Amino acid sequence: MAVAVKTTETSDVQTEQLMTGCEAIAEAIRLADVDVMAAFPIRPYDTVMQAAAKLIANGKLDCEYIVADGEHSQFEIVKHACAVGSRVFVGSSGVGWFYAFEAIAVTAGLRLPVVAICGNRALDDPGAFGTEHNDSLAVRDLGWLLPWAETAQECLDLALMAWRVGEDKRVSLPVAIGLDGGFLTHSQQLVSVPTKAAADAYLPRFDLGDRLLHPDNPITIAPQVDQDWLMEIRRQNDAAMRRALEVIAEAHADLKKLFGRGGDSPFLDEYMTDDADVVFFGQGTLALPMKVAIRRLRKQGHKVGLVRLKWFRPFPTDEVVRSLSRFKAVGIVDRDYSFGSPYYGGVLYNEVRSALYSRDERPTIVGFVAGLGGREIDQTMAQDIYDKTAAAAAGGLAAGDQCHWIGVRE
Amino acid sequence: MAVEAPTGTGTLPQIKGVKEVPYDELFVSGHRTCQGCESALVMRHMVKASGPRTIVLGSTGCMYVANTTYYSTPWVVPWMHTQLGAAGSAALGTAAGLKVLMRKGKLAREKINVIAFCGDGGGADMGIGAISAALTHKEYDLLVLLYDNESYANTDIQLSSQTPWGAVTTFSPTGSERRIMHTRWKKNVPGMLAAGHPESRYIAAGCAAYAVDLMNKIRKALEVGGPTFVHTLDPCPKGWDYHPQYSQELGHLAVEAGIWPLYEVLDGVVNLTGPTRQIAEGRKKRKPVEDYLRRQGRFAHFTTEDVEHFQAEVDKMWEEWLIPGVIPFTIPQKDVTLLNIDKKKPLHATA
Repeated sequence: MAVAVKTTETSDVQTEQLMTGCEAIAEAIRLADVDVMAAFPIRPYDTVMQAAAKLIANGKLDCEYIVADGEHSQFEIVKHACAVGSRVFVGSSGVGWFYAFEAIAVTAGLRLPVVAICGNRALDDPGAFGTEHNDSLAVRDLGWLLPWAETAQECLDLALMAWRVGEDKRVSLPVAIGLDGGFLTHSQQLVSVPTKAAADAYLPRFDLGDRLLHPDNPITIAPQVDQDWLMEIRRQNDAAMRRALEVIAEAHADLKKLFGRGGDSPFLDEYMTDDADVVFFGQGTLALPMKVAIRRLRKQGHKVGLVRLKWFRPFPTDEVVRSLSRFKAVGIVDRDYSFGSPYYGGVLYNEVRSALYSRDERPTIVGFVAGLGGREIDQTMAQDIYDKTAAAAAGGLAAGDQCHWIGVRE
Repeated sequence: MAVEAPTGTGTLPQIKGVKEVPYDELFVSGHRTCQGCESALVMRHMVKASGPRTIVLGSTGCMYVANTTYYSTPWVVPWMHTQLGAAGSAALGTAAGLKVLMRKGKLAREKINVIAFCGDGGGADMGIGAISAALTHKEYDLLVLLYDNESYANTDIQLSSQTPWGAVTTFSPTGSERRIMHTRWKKNVPGMLAAGHPESRYIAAGCAAYAVDLMNKIRKALEVGGPTFVHTLDPCPKGWDYHPQYSQELGHLAVEAGIWPLYEVLDGVVNLTGPTRQIAEGRKKRKPVEDYLRRQGRFAHFTTEDVEHFQAEVDKMWEEWLIPGVIPFTIPQKDVTLLNIDKKKPLHATA
């Protein structure tokens, strides 16, 4: 339960409170005045639905709250509520996310700005509750915007941004925020919660315009188009995804202006990179153990830093290229796997290498698969990642043509 | 917060005879359904009955793929595609969205009919869970219409849980070793839904061959409010293998042979309609199922024993079921008095 804490950070636009990542998302749901949400239990995302239910029970949120009969129904319910003009929220984790997969696919095709969280969780079988990014990443090609949060604060901020960006007419695409299961969904941190007035100033009302399904606007949505029109429609979705980059940048700039946070770049969070030779690269709560390692390694005289990716889709290619081309070597830490992929690397590894392929100035990029199933990335592992990346820095580009599984018992 | 009571439109009176059927067509040309398609007729009757203040959600199936094509939509009312197993969820999400937007003043307050349709594959197979869930939400006004042409007809006639026992489909051909591949009896969907969903005020079984009866059922479903369900049996020339001119006739035969009883359950009270009522009251004799089966190519491989088996199963529906044609089970003769409980005497202890 969120606990109000008196601090000097409290101002007329926000108050600071202690809460988990999921509770921070629930606060954003309240601030956004969400109209319809659909719940179904699966750990670890479901604490957001518990927190939202409590808000409704206590009269702090007026919202249709439907406990669905499964994840497929959950995502279909909000998709259709969105089509008649409702602001919606939904979420899932792991195999639950996959149970909804058909509905997830069509939501992007329909250009409906559903906002979801994916409490990242390992896929069965065998069962594991902890963080793995393969659930969110499975939808990477479908047209969902995919940001990843590091802190509970970022959960709240990204959620407000998600409705703003997703519902923007230039974009009109669904957004799924990645929250590392357990590490972020369930860990309490201090969060500055905007006042309703401040949130209203940031987030305009949802307006579907001439795409609203209503008897006064008797349109036919998603008829059978076949080969005659599908490519043109896909191309429109592609254009919307491209436009999302600038809309995200605007939303980030406004957030920073109103609430004074969010960092310099909407897409990347850099830590001690100014003089770095070697950087770690990853997303989500991975940043925490890597920052600890960086401070330790710096004391030993190593020039090392971290680049954290905040938006995986749209992939901020220019920003990533500009940032990473400054370094000698980059150790990409994937909390995911992609069996049989080029060089047997994770998803991030191959995306980043692809982004840098045509550049003259490019670092050696080494891949690491670590922390699967919620395994904590400890300092021994971080040291191992650093040692291998630093060694590759001297070995030329080809030294990165391999991926290492970190902390695996043989 | 108390659950808000469902609301009827108050604007959809029962139709007394074919002359009172609304003239306006809200499902027009532009579709590509087969000649003799009874399901297309169900669509036409459905929106004729509901009127223009209606949103229709259509799940994948014939009435999507063959019926709703880009640049030639037949829908005059707003229409949206939904996934194969999602008719219940589509109805729920749409009804919930309209309700909350009207409550918050984000949308003008009025009664908008929400109808989600699905085929027998989408409804009786894949989507049964979502329909069942929708029928428990008495706070939302919605109608799920299941148009049952007894196979996955749009994908090349594969058997569904609504395909009659023994029928040939592309997944159940007849062959030299196995004459009958499809050995499952048709699921009793409206009966199951009526028995299991006390919060649904109206569940009905209809057939477009009895057009006015069907339109009245759709109107009643929308009028009583809350979550409701109508199941139609739709003869399908392609899947059932007969000449398209006989669709209406086969609809009549299915009802007259007692294979497809017409009825409605309003607030838990069963009302048999059309020829089904006449049969139950003994005013009309059931036709032999053979009259129905022998008209269709899908049963052409039936032996006399197969026909007899089919007849025996249909006879059971009428002779052994607790409520003929509607609710199966029965009770032993020694317990028959249980059916005549004296409601004036409370069965529970009183303080």
